[in-house]
Amino acid sequence: MNLRRLPFTREISLGVLVYLYVPVMVLIFYSFNANRTATVWSEASLDWYRKILVNPSIRDATWNSLVLATAAGLGSTLLALAAALGTKNRFRGLAVVEAILNAPLILPEVVVAVATLMLFVAIGIDMGLTAMIPAHIAFCIPFAYLPIRARLEGMNPSLEEAAQDLYANRFVTFRRVTLPLMWPGIMAGFTLAFVTSLDDFLTSFFLSGPGSTTLPVYIFSAIRAGITPEINAISTIMLIVSVALVVTSFLLGKIRR
Amino acid sequence: MTNPQSAISVQSVSKSFGRGDSAIKVLQDVAVEIGTREFFTLLGPSGCGKTTLLRLIAGFEELDSGSILIDGERVDHLPPFRRPVNTVFQNYALFPHLSVAQNVAFALEMQSLSRAEVIRRAGEALEMVRMAAFANRKPSELSGGQQQRVALARALAPRPKVLLLDEPLSALDLKLRKQMQIELKQLQAEAGITFVFVTHDQEEALTLSDRIAVMQGGRILQLDTPRAIYERPSHRFVADFIGDINLLEGKVDGGAIQLDCGASVAGNFGHAPGDRVTVAIRPERARLAKSGEGSFAAEVMHSAYLGTATLLQLRLADGREFLLRETRIGEGAAPPEKGSRVSVHLPDSALQVFAA
Amino acid sequence: MSAASPLRRMGLVAPALVIVLALVGVPLAIMAWVSLLERGATIGVTWDSAPSFANYTRLAWEEDFDGTMLLNPTYLIIQLRSVAQAFFTTVLCVLLGLPVALWMSSLSKNQRDIAVLLITIPFWTNLLVRNYAWLIILREDGAVSHFANAVWPFGPVQLLYNDTAILIGLVYSFLPFMILPIYSGFEKFDWRLLEAAYDLGANRRQALTRVVIPLAMPGIIAGSMLVFIPSLGSFVTAAILGGGKSLMMGNLIQLQFGQSRNWPFGAALSVVLLALMMLVLVGLALWRNRQGGKI
Repeated sequence: MNLRRLPFTREISLGVLVYLYVPVMVLIFYSFNANRTATVWSEASLDWYRKILVNPSIRDATWNSLVLATAAGLGSTLLALAAALGTKNRFRGLAVVEAILNAPLILPEVVVAVATLMLFVAIGIDMGLTAMIPAHIAFCIPFAYLPIRARLEGMNPSLEEAAQDLYANRFVTFRRVTLPLMWPGIMAGFTLAFVTSLDDFLTSFFLSGPGSTTLPVYIFSAIRAGITPEINAISTIMLIVSVALVVTSFLLGKIRR
Repeated sequence: MTNPQSAISVQSVSKSFGRGDSAIKVLQDVAVEIGTREFFTLLGPSGCGKTTLLRLIAGFEELDSGSILIDGERVDHLPPFRRPVNTVFQNYALFPHLSVAQNVAFALEMQSLSRAEVIRRAGEALEMVRMAAFANRKPSELSGGQQQRVALARALAPRPKVLLLDEPLSALDLKLRKQMQIELKQLQAEAGITFVFVTHDQEEALTLSDRIAVMQGGRILQLDTPRAIYERPSHRFVADFIGDINLLEGKVDGGAIQLDCGASVAGNFGHAPGDRVTVAIRPERARLAKSGEGSFAAEVMHSAYLGTATLLQLRLADGREFLLRETRIGEGAAPPEKGSRVSVHLPDSALQVFAA
Repeated sequence: MSAASPLRRMGLVAPALVIVLALVGVPLAIMAWVSLLERGATIGVTWDSAPSFANYTRLAWEEDFDGTMLLNPTYLIIQLRSVAQAFFTTVLCVLLGLPVALWMSSLSKNQRDIAVLLITIPFWTNLLVRNYAWLIILREDGAVSHFANAVWPFGPVQLLYNDTAILIGLVYSFLPFMILPIYSGFEKFDWRLLEAAYDLGANRRQALTRVVIPLAMPGIIAGSMLVFIPSLGSFVTAAILGGGKSLMMGNLIQLQFGQSRNWPFGAALSVVLLALMMLVLVGLALWRNRQGGKI
């Protein structure tokens, strides 16, 4: 008897895995269905994928999403990197600083999104990418900050001292020792921030203007209009991109170890 | 008053951590002159300030008052990268993202040497510690002893005037430590530079050092050669910290010291009558005497055969323990049995007396 | 050298701090102010109206044509439903998450990594896509509906656009947030404690309730926060699986900024949502401190 394994945990776990994966499988399955009504399976086809590739609205929305996620990822990672370096040593007020930086993680997004909408209307900023990029940067900061901070915390402080002892000035120490050692944390932070922005729906939903629709906003309005095989196809592609990102980072982590 | 001979001159240095009432004085008015090519050891229990003193010399901490000179030049206002010293860190602090060769070449590149010169000198440094074969490995692929050697090569490659070593052997197992001690000594002779070595291991300090500074509570208690420190400790703390020693409490009574265990020792050793004193004697300096001829009698509690000697654990009249290391047992003579009574002789020349 | 100067530290931290304060802190302050104002004709708020608590009164009361206040349960029901949904979501997540976390920690190192990956993948998948997948499963002309109607003798079964559909979607959305913290607590768990419990005569049930669950408590509390808070403030799940019939607070807030154009009321709802959340956070923190004091 495996003392560690408690009764039924295995059965429940397998059930949970089925619960987690079956809906997604069904979604993927129907994306290859040639029949528009989606109820009946007629035959396998890539028609819907072909259709979404040539759909200009989807192309524009994808482009907007990528521009936004890149800007938000880069912006929040840079800000978070500086903040992580500044919070490396304990000081009075550190807890308050971290609470503020991490606030977007716990605040309900719908509240922050409508509040930001009111701010932008009050100060006269037009909705669109100029409104979305700063808002995305703000809520992506904790996603970039936490992995960078964790990496910095795990770093042996003697390494920086060793570099200075070996005649590297502060700038060279940062470039040759601190930065390379933090790099995995920075990359993890950027990936998290990028994916968070790419997946974001609510903030973009309230702040996007005409012509700046992102992919999640497009998908939401499409779902509202009804179930179509096109949505299945876009969803499948987004799924594959997400899974590829997670699996890649998992494998990279394995190799590094 | 700067000694022109000194490689390092530490002048009335004080250092506290924290501010206000919670400040902890780590170093209090410490002064020491370390000679050129000397193997100098800072020895003391953890928290005595030895590592802080080393970090002040390296430039990782700023001193509160006093000054530090290296080769006659003041360095205490300089950042670590402008001081002609290099450090071997306690856990080596090898850069994990760089290969062994890149680690060793780091300081050479910082000094803007030509590529050829960097490669040549890094190779020499690795050769010196017999690690040339591992040049392309990452530090994580090396054993503790190998990492230790790379750390030494990295610190020696830029040819510093002084090498600072912060408990460099503490992470190694006993056998490897003994081996590295010998290598360190050889390396110092080869490099011909000053070593400042920090350790809490008194045996290591005695083996390696030209001179030792024994520290406690942020001060240097005694600064002398290993032999002098072992044989003529200046404080009770030093006597107790270095090697095994018996400490017998007593009181000066006229021209003699009356010990609490009932025995007495002739002479007052410069202490005034009525003073409480501690008489110290090393286990190997006390002698077994013929019955009735020694200073006092004691009961044998335990006898341990050590090969080169026999260590006797004795109980005195007042119940205290007394260690005696006897080398003359053997040659057919059986060691005293457990429970038997022996007579112990304390030669005057072997005694150290401290104010209690 | 090792201690960064306060000035340098400020310079590094300030940009991120300013951005978060300006784009999260300031908007929330504006929202609190707007919740006291009157609605506007064009942009949803009359900036220069006199502040009052009228919007908060509207949450539960309605002014009759003759000026008397009548209890209007419409919004209260939505608030209660949101809290109930978030609560049941959390409970279901604990019931499903604890066994999964336990099972994961009983696996070998490599199997564990794969199990973590399997639990993480859905968590990285777009929230809209995950809820949309359930829309397909539960839709009227889907296989599940046909099956349900075939076995259910009492008239037609509607699987979508009700509270159950939302609950399924919420659990589906946030279950990984429960599993991972409990699991990470068990990753460092000393399994000899369980062996000790058996050795001391505990049966499996006693070992579970007396040893395993108390030790899993920090993870369960952390997971509960991570599940309850986003469930309470969720928008997407009810928007897709509730079909506009079964609303949660997030949807009600969105409506005030969409069709209704009543920003002050939406702001008041948001303030109430934030207050509810704070209440739960503080309550859990206090409870955890008391638990911590016991051990």
